[in-house]
Amino acid sequence: MSESHGGPGCCSASRRRFLKMGGAAVGGGLLLGIDLAAFAAVSDSQTSHAPFEPNAFLRIDASGRITFVMPFIEMGQGTYTAIPMLIAEELEVDVDRVVVEHAPADDKVYANPLIGIQMTGGSTSVRASWEPMRRAGATARVMLLNAAAGQWGVDPKSCEAADGYILHRSSARKIPYGGLVDAAARMPVPQDVALKEPKMFKLIGTPHRRLDTPAKVNGSATFGIDVLIPRMKFAVIAISPTFGGTLINVDEVKAKAVAGVSQVVRMQDAVAVVGVHTWAAKQGLAAANPTWNAGPNAWLSTSDVVNQLLTACQKPGAVARREGEAVRVLESATQRMQAVYEQPFLAHAALEPMNCTVHVQPNGCDVWVGTQVAGTARSAVARVTGLKPEQVRMHNHLLGGGFGRRLEVDGIVRAAQVAKQVDGPVKVIWTREEDIQHDMYRPYYYDHLVAALNESGRPIAWTHRIAGSSIQARFFPQAVKNGVDSDAVESAANPAYALGAMQVEWIAQEPPGIPTAFWRGVGVTRSTFVVESFIDELAAHAKADPFEYRLALLERNSRARAVLEVAASKTGWGTKLPRHRGRGIALCTGFGSFIAQVVEVAVDAHGTIAVTRVVCVVDCGLVVNPDTVRAQMQSGIIFGLSAALYGEITLKDGRVRQSNFHDYRVLRMNESPAIEVHLIKSVEAPGGVGEPATSCVMPALTNAVYAATGKRVRKLPLVTAPV
Amino acid sequence: MTILNVNDKQREVGVPPDMPLLWVLRDVLQMTGTKFGCGRGLCGACMIHLDAEPVRSCVTTVGAAAGRRIMTIESIGGTALGKKVQQAWIDLDVPQCGYCQSGQIMSAVSLLARSPRPSDADIETAMTANICRCGTYPRIREAIKRAAGEA
Repeated sequence: MSESHGGPGCCSASRRRFLKMGGAAVGGGLLLGIDLAAFAAVSDSQTSHAPFEPNAFLRIDASGRITFVMPFIEMGQGTYTAIPMLIAEELEVDVDRVVVEHAPADDKVYANPLIGIQMTGGSTSVRASWEPMRRAGATARVMLLNAAAGQWGVDPKSCEAADGYILHRSSARKIPYGGLVDAAARMPVPQDVALKEPKMFKLIGTPHRRLDTPAKVNGSATFGIDVLIPRMKFAVIAISPTFGGTLINVDEVKAKAVAGVSQVVRMQDAVAVVGVHTWAAKQGLAAANPTWNAGPNAWLSTSDVVNQLLTACQKPGAVARREGEAVRVLESATQRMQAVYEQPFLAHAALEPMNCTVHVQPNGCDVWVGTQVAGTARSAVARVTGLKPEQVRMHNHLLGGGFGRRLEVDGIVRAAQVAKQVDGPVKVIWTREEDIQHDMYRPYYYDHLVAALNESGRPIAWTHRIAGSSIQARFFPQAVKNGVDSDAVESAANPAYALGAMQVEWIAQEPPGIPTAFWRGVGVTRSTFVVESFIDELAAHAKADPFEYRLALLERNSRARAVLEVAASKTGWGTKLPRHRGRGIALCTGFGSFIAQVVEVAVDAHGTIAVTRVVCVVDCGLVVNPDTVRAQMQSGIIFGLSAALYGEITLKDGRVRQSNFHDYRVLRMNESPAIEVHLIKSVEAPGGVGEPATSCVMPALTNAVYAATGKRVRKLPLVTAPV
Repeated sequence: MTILNVNDKQREVGVPPDMPLLWVLRDVLQMTGTKFGCGRGLCGACMIHLDAEPVRSCVTTVGAAAGRRIMTIESIGGTALGKKVQQAWIDLDVPQCGYCQSGQIMSAVSLLARSPRPSDADIETAMTANICRCGTYPRIREAIKRAAGEA
């Protein structure tokens, strides 16, 4: 039985206890406490006798082993390479020789400075840690350097750090970092160390192979679902198929008659069957044949949700943006255009189904899971178990896909509810069907836009009313100001274009009983589809080229213009395509980045759409690892194409109709287009790259479909799967 | 007791014959490199080799696998071709979250064993069984070509 180690270059922090704040000299290792939230090094050092228990981001032991503790979790986005590059750049060590470790749960020490809690999401990791992670490395380097200078009795200014050593060139002396850890730990922590100028970067900006790849090609990388704990049992869960339903009965006798089944755990709205392996539990659950009270939402269908949104959209909403008198200009305008766009519920469908392993004991609880919010998860488990948060030990793991799903702790809470009733550790696994039918969905959105146009077809007024579920009202209520969900309206309330007088309104309308959550690209994805579709419609109405039309509205936005211009030139925009083929263009400004994409499609006589080519141009400011940026563009494009082509969760009789990858289709290799990614060199602050490519590709695709067919797509997805 | 030949080792397991091999590998033999993705043979995350043929272990019973040669991601690097494919994956930084990659690699090795110089169409046909939610398809395509070039 193994503890949860992620293979070379990625080991778990699971055996380590939680630590107080402060730098600490432990077992001869240099520990450096950095308070991320305050962007400042912790000033006092203290001695602890517990070995291998750091509280910060890097650790060097006397053998020279260097460990970086990651404040963000790796879910494919490359953060376990980019963050080590930031630290190593300033620490002057070989990033390939560093051990990377998952952080324990701590909403203070490991808080995401852009968000305020320990959270990986919103394309924030590099943006949030760009300065503090370099500072963590630089502060450690200065302490090591001062320690060496002290030992040699020389001026620290005559010493330098290189490749894991402090050097004194004039006397040809050098000491490895490992030989300096005791002395360095006694050095005062310097404040405000100088960071390298970008032109001095050796690592940052240079392609670097991912540190987590070797473990991911030989099966040794450990995801939450791979955890093996001695004496562990396995449970399979079924949640009420209708949202808001409750459990009536289960046939416990039949369930326990299945070989290997030990227990049936009843919850108010769910049941779990526990056994010696997942198969026994799954068979036991089938035998248990749970019956359900359908509950208050048993009548609900997708059309009910849409009708509620349509009705809600008739009334004014909370004003997210007001520039001038858009409504008055619209009333008196001679030329007006309007459109309604609808975007469906979406599941995340990460390939690793929801799972969580929990061991509840009288004085503490262990949780093994891959989560984007370790601190929130710890608090939630504490509430379920009645333990104090500090008695809950979170062992975070690699995520087999996040996309926003693992920002939610519902699966962790349910696992804790099961584990409370089970003797010993239990791994609770959701089947794919359970994962699809009890996701927390990207909300259904309904957008109504109206534009007033001048004689050349350019907008002089623009109103945009957005109706949908407010994720922030549940997730970050403090971020809802004056009734406006600032995430939901992002890129709609602050579009890149000059649109004249503007009024953007938000209407929160919750679908009864349907849980909603962030999904890759969050508000930017919703807004970008709508704004870029409508701009394309206005261009067509003005009989203008959609690329030229956009440029004309971007006079004061040089970065946005630049990505569009490069995308057009790389694609051969304006050159003829054969019949039934089309090119669409779109712009996405969000997460501090600028992306333009051109999609080419071929549509055959049956209306079957083949995406043949995607050109993506990205200006995300200073780049840490260029190959990761390329990978995230490819990834975001394919994720967005899956959603735009096929993604749709529909409801009937209060339950989700889709259940697995046959009816919740995602792109496969034969449908995956050629993708070209071009990076713009920039010295602007780093922008996020995990999400915007997803946001951009959906309207680029539908605009291409229009170019090929003359048919405007105002409702996603393009292809409706038979259910 | 069923006797299985897993990665050239004899393993005895006391499980029902209709139990999918996936759960035997993961929960009983504690070899977690083979992944659970859909349970219905739709996503390819659980791909293994049975007598050198790619099969989905989530829909292959342990009874059907008994007496045949089972190979998993844990030992594919022990073959010359498996090692080349893994190296190509490393050289091109194919994985993102990595969850599907065991299955992708098992499918790719099997393709290259059948067809050492696969065309684009061969690659698509062989790899369409494997879903990647992170969208690493462009790199998988390139990595297969790279491994073929060195084969």
